[in-house]
Amino acid sequence: MKKAVSVLLTAALAATCFVGCGDSSGNSGTDDNGGSSVNSGSDANAANDNDGGSTADGLAFKIGGIGPTTGDAAIYGSAVMNAAQIAVDEINAAGGINGYQIDYKFEDDQSDAEKSINAYNSLKDWGMQILMGTVTTTPCVAVVDKTLEDGMFQITPSASSTDVIGGGNVFQACFTDPNQGTASAQYIVDHSLATKVAIIYDSSSVYSSGIEATFVQEAEAKGLEIVAEEAFTADSKTDFSTQLQKAQSAGADLVFLPIYYAEASIILTQANSMGYEPTFFGVDGMDGILGVENFDTSLAEGVMLLTPFAADAQDDLTKAFVSTYQEKYGDIPNQFAADAYDAIYTIKAVVEAANATPDMSVSELGTALSGAMTQISVDGLTGEGMTWQESGEVSKAPKAVVIKDGAYTAM
Amino acid sequence: MAKSTKKLIKKTTANQLITLGMVVAVYIVVQIMIAAGVMSSLMQGLLVPMCTYSIVAIGLNLCVGYLGELSIGHAGFMCVGAFSGAFCTKLLAGTISNHVVLFLAALLVGTAMAALSGFLVGIPVLRLRGDYLAIVTLAFGEIIKNIINVLYIAKDTDGFHFAISDGNSIRLSEEGVWLINGAKGITKIPHLSSFTAGVILILLFLIVVYNLVNSRSGRAIMAIRDNRIAAESVGINITKFKLMAFTISAAIAGAGGVLYAHNLSTVTATPANFGYNMSIMILVFVVLGGIGSFRGSIIAAVLLTLLPEVLRGLSDYRMLIYSIVLIAVMLFNWAPKCIEFRQKVMARLKKNAGKEEA
Repeated sequence: MKKAVSVLLTAALAATCFVGCGDSSGNSGTDDNGGSSVNSGSDANAANDNDGGSTADGLAFKIGGIGPTTGDAAIYGSAVMNAAQIAVDEINAAGGINGYQIDYKFEDDQSDAEKSINAYNSLKDWGMQILMGTVTTTPCVAVVDKTLEDGMFQITPSASSTDVIGGGNVFQACFTDPNQGTASAQYIVDHSLATKVAIIYDSSSVYSSGIEATFVQEAEAKGLEIVAEEAFTADSKTDFSTQLQKAQSAGADLVFLPIYYAEASIILTQANSMGYEPTFFGVDGMDGILGVENFDTSLAEGVMLLTPFAADAQDDLTKAFVSTYQEKYGDIPNQFAADAYDAIYTIKAVVEAANATPDMSVSELGTALSGAMTQISVDGLTGEGMTWQESGEVSKAPKAVVIKDGAYTAM
Repeated sequence: MAKSTKKLIKKTTANQLITLGMVVAVYIVVQIMIAAGVMSSLMQGLLVPMCTYSIVAIGLNLCVGYLGELSIGHAGFMCVGAFSGAFCTKLLAGTISNHVVLFLAALLVGTAMAALSGFLVGIPVLRLRGDYLAIVTLAFGEIIKNIINVLYIAKDTDGFHFAISDGNSIRLSEEGVWLINGAKGITKIPHLSSFTAGVILILLFLIVVYNLVNSRSGRAIMAIRDNRIAAESVGINITKFKLMAFTISAAIAGAGGVLYAHNLSTVTATPANFGYNMSIMILVFVVLGGIGSFRGSIIAAVLLTLLPEVLRGLSDYRMLIYSIVLIAVMLFNWAPKCIEFRQKVMARLKKNAGKEEA
């Protein structure tokens, strides 16, 4: 009996300890979100910590973000969370939007539709007025339904499916999947990179199969020969030797990989061990491959990818962004980070264009911003003169990047 | 003797009525809270998922607690229900405008399809002795997910288009719509689920399982669970009753799936929502709530759906806390020392109450 009591007490102690840790780190997490400005030393931001004490009337735009910060796609969610934080800090330091500061909060959805709805509702309880999210496509389709109901203005940094847009209140900062597929095929043909192409894609992923479908259509139209179309699923993504062997025996000199970097790194390793050396061509999901743990980055030499952002581009905006990001979070930002940074600045631009104020209701703000969205043009990290159509699709020029000497280099 | 039996029956009936009453009471309280505007959006958003998981847990409890067979593929039946239900809705949405009728149709189709798949899986497996059902249901759950991921069905002016794995072969005309689009699953499902519908379904299935368990068939099912040979020797058709319980269990899971699909505007067959982990999660609801106790299943499903969301404030640490809480609850429920401790406390409370009465 005594033993049981002591065990119970120890457990209680341990639990409070964990709760304590969780709490403090949770707070520091929100501090990161609310104003890591303390580090940057700008007092305008520090004031923002106390929920908008910085403006005369105490009002602030409440921008929420949703994305996976845990789980398989955590690297994207974290990148978006961090980059948006940088943009928010910069804007707040420069005096905010129309003189109002931004309150920013990011919630985890583990890239699951149901959890994403929970995250959205939780942000709504917090008082969110504008949504920057969600990061991944499937949850986004579910959340779009809710923002449409509430009339909330939403801009997604990276949910690229066409199923996301069309509601009138949802805009994308990234290319749509069909766009990526078409652009990739076009790029390969225009630069005559290959004659025989093999594709390895994830048939259980919306993103991957979406790009694959349009790539095939465009390739057929352009006369590009597809010799192998090999699929894998989320359950079988550890061994790709069969798919690679088929591509090799079909004589493909280019392998198109419309997949995420985690699987791509395995494919590159396995192709290397079987002595198969085609050109590998990826899309924006490939971005991040140099950050994979225990991956020999020399294998990624010569891999091409179509992405709107290259971290070593020489323009001032990119340089400043990359150095701030590195200073604060320790790694080189990927394209998701860049899209998120642009998304926040797009929100700034559209709020200014619509002359909106934080005291407007969510749906008033939604109507005003959606109306102004087609009239603005934003110069950002991922493109110059980005404009939006009424459907929500962005128009900007894709850039191709090649991995050279362990870094992404613009082509 | 006769008197005590009578009393016993009354006790179980009373117990069942308490469970039903609890559900109704919670429903009324929630409705009042919503009307008073004191319920947060997060909680309101969680109501339907709570109902969904409660329903599936009820279904699985019938299988695990009364049939005595382990199924780790109930997410697979949920998946069948979700997809066939949503498919039906997409198909009929143009012709039926009444939401209640539309949802009922989806519910019927989803439940029937899940029952059918449960029946088909059960035919070969339930004839065997041993834990084969666990293995086969596990495989079934994975297979269903993969089949749906390669299934392409579309409709346009030329009629229906079908394709397996090669979605690119379907060229749709302008006004064509995708019904199931491979990995993209079914999108733009009308939002038909509601808390009221969920609670009605919970009540309905509780009544169904309570009646089943206390019927002649239910006693036969439990007899098979307790001693197969003895049951066989008194002439009980083992396969028939096993199939019956398992099919009903799968059907209930399917109904849960229909509710799930119509709560989100999109349903995809990913490992996160219909995979192995989800099946285990449902099993956890059943085990934590107490095997054989439907009330426990509902309470466990509600609490465990709520827990990670309530812990949101802890940011990334919440999954850690969540698992610690799981272990703590498991120990509290099942550790012999804990049971002893609880009994002692209960005895002392009763004693005190008795003294006061005296």
